[in-house]
Amino acid sequence: MKTAEEIFESLKTKFSEAVITLITDKPVEAFIEAAPMEIDKVCLYLRDEEGFEFNSLMNLSGVDDANGEKVKDENDNEIIKGGTLSVYYHLESTNLKHKITLKVSTDRENPEVASVEEIWRTADWHEREAYDMFGIKFLNHHNLIRILMPYDWDAGHPLRKDYQNPEFYKGMKVPY
Amino acid sequence: MALKTEEMVLNMGPQHPSTHGVLRLELKLEGEIINDVIPHIGYLHRCFEKHAEAMTYPQVIPYTDRLDYLASMYNEFGYALAIERLMGIEVPERVEYIRVIMGEFQRIASHLVALGTYGADIGAFTPFLFCFRDRERILHLFEITCGARLLYNYIWIGGLSHDLHPDFIRKSKEFIKDFRPNLKELNELLTYNQIFIDRTANVGILPAETAINYGISGPSLRGSGVKWDIRRNDPYSIYDKFDFEIPVGTGEKGTAGDCWDRYYVRIREMEESLKIIEQAIEQIPQGDVSSAIPRRVKPPAGQIYSRVETPRGELGYFIISDGSVNPQRVKVRAPSFVNLEVIGELCKGHMVADVIAILGSIDIVLGEIDR
Repeated sequence: MKTAEEIFESLKTKFSEAVITLITDKPVEAFIEAAPMEIDKVCLYLRDEEGFEFNSLMNLSGVDDANGEKVKDENDNEIIKGGTLSVYYHLESTNLKHKITLKVSTDRENPEVASVEEIWRTADWHEREAYDMFGIKFLNHHNLIRILMPYDWDAGHPLRKDYQNPEFYKGMKVPY
Repeated sequence: MALKTEEMVLNMGPQHPSTHGVLRLELKLEGEIINDVIPHIGYLHRCFEKHAEAMTYPQVIPYTDRLDYLASMYNEFGYALAIERLMGIEVPERVEYIRVIMGEFQRIASHLVALGTYGADIGAFTPFLFCFRDRERILHLFEITCGARLLYNYIWIGGLSHDLHPDFIRKSKEFIKDFRPNLKELNELLTYNQIFIDRTANVGILPAETAINYGISGPSLRGSGVKWDIRRNDPYSIYDKFDFEIPVGTGEKGTAGDCWDRYYVRIREMEESLKIIEQAIEQIPQGDVSSAIPRRVKPPAGQIYSRVETPRGELGYFIISDGSVNPQRVKVRAPSFVNLEVIGELCKGHMVADVIAILGSIDIVLGEIDR
């Protein structure tokens, strides 16, 4: 069993720049912030290295941090410019019974994160959901298509804070 | 010389009784043999997570009822627990006991639906009626407690909407007394029925390693022989006070991790749930169930991932609070969503008819898959 501090220390020595900070302020659960393009290597290390053995990905969640600048577009709708989208990874080791949360932040205009689908197969659908809901592109994902929304939904990604409900979908009125 | 065949694509669903909801499976067939199964979901998508962002924290509870509509109590339980952990609320002991009793009754009710419809899928119709007869009595217990049979809005943040009905304890004891023989009857009728065993044993074998890598949880994981139950491994509420077993699949009728094992784990879990309810009814203290309900729910800025063991597996709520009365993000890690992902792997090489048996054995509820 390892604490978040111990995990952070060994990740820091192994990856240096790919692992940014450890945040432990209460009531926030401790989490480690990592670089979006290196997250797959960090995860692979955490899964395979003796002493960590994070064999299970409990949850993968996209989040809109909504920390950009709020501006009006030409139709007078409020949209968010700049800022970040984040992905949280909740890992667990069923043998050693410890848990850790990882977080990556990526640019809102062009959100790209390395996929961990090869490491835990369960990430396949979680990543598709994060793509569907937030438009986060997971690089090297074998089949990154929408999952909950219709495959041809073209009105954007619904869980973004500045999502505008479309009036029509393929010529049909969207009731809301 | 074998005849050359072409791959055929067959759609199963979205309207098909054995998909337990609105699910479309795209089957890629080589004659009768399955090459691949691709699930298409989203037909029941209602944007729960988007709705939740516009609600205050207590207003989200009725929405959580509608995720896994066969285990609504447990969805509320998990949500209330997550917010209480975030706010640091201590819940009165009586509330904890009632929550556990309700949760375990819900587990039995949910498993009865799972097992009954599983039998019906495979062609045994009578067990279905037996299961629903018993489930009806549990729903009656819920109804006298909170007035609703399926969607309760009963477990609130910090407490409960009502205390137990005066008849509740007596009726629960009667139910437990009657249900034990009924469970034996169900075993004779379905579990050890040779036709049923032939249809389920050695079908859809899920090895333990694959199951963990796919994030499978609940009875489907335990069917593969992995002793993993969040009630025991990451205890919440007062589950550490009770004495109960964690049944796992052993490959009694075929190979460990086959459909029969997943089925049988559920049967044995119902017995364990009865044990927990009996202990809880014995020990339940007196007290006020609404004393800890906060007048204003405004958690400090922060985030939490909190999980409970529902009848289907690990239900996780990932909640981010920005310090206001509305959540900034509510993510539901639904057990069925994750469990369904493995179906392609399980069906490969089996016959078309086995898809029904395999799908039934992982027991999905589309309400929480599509959210």
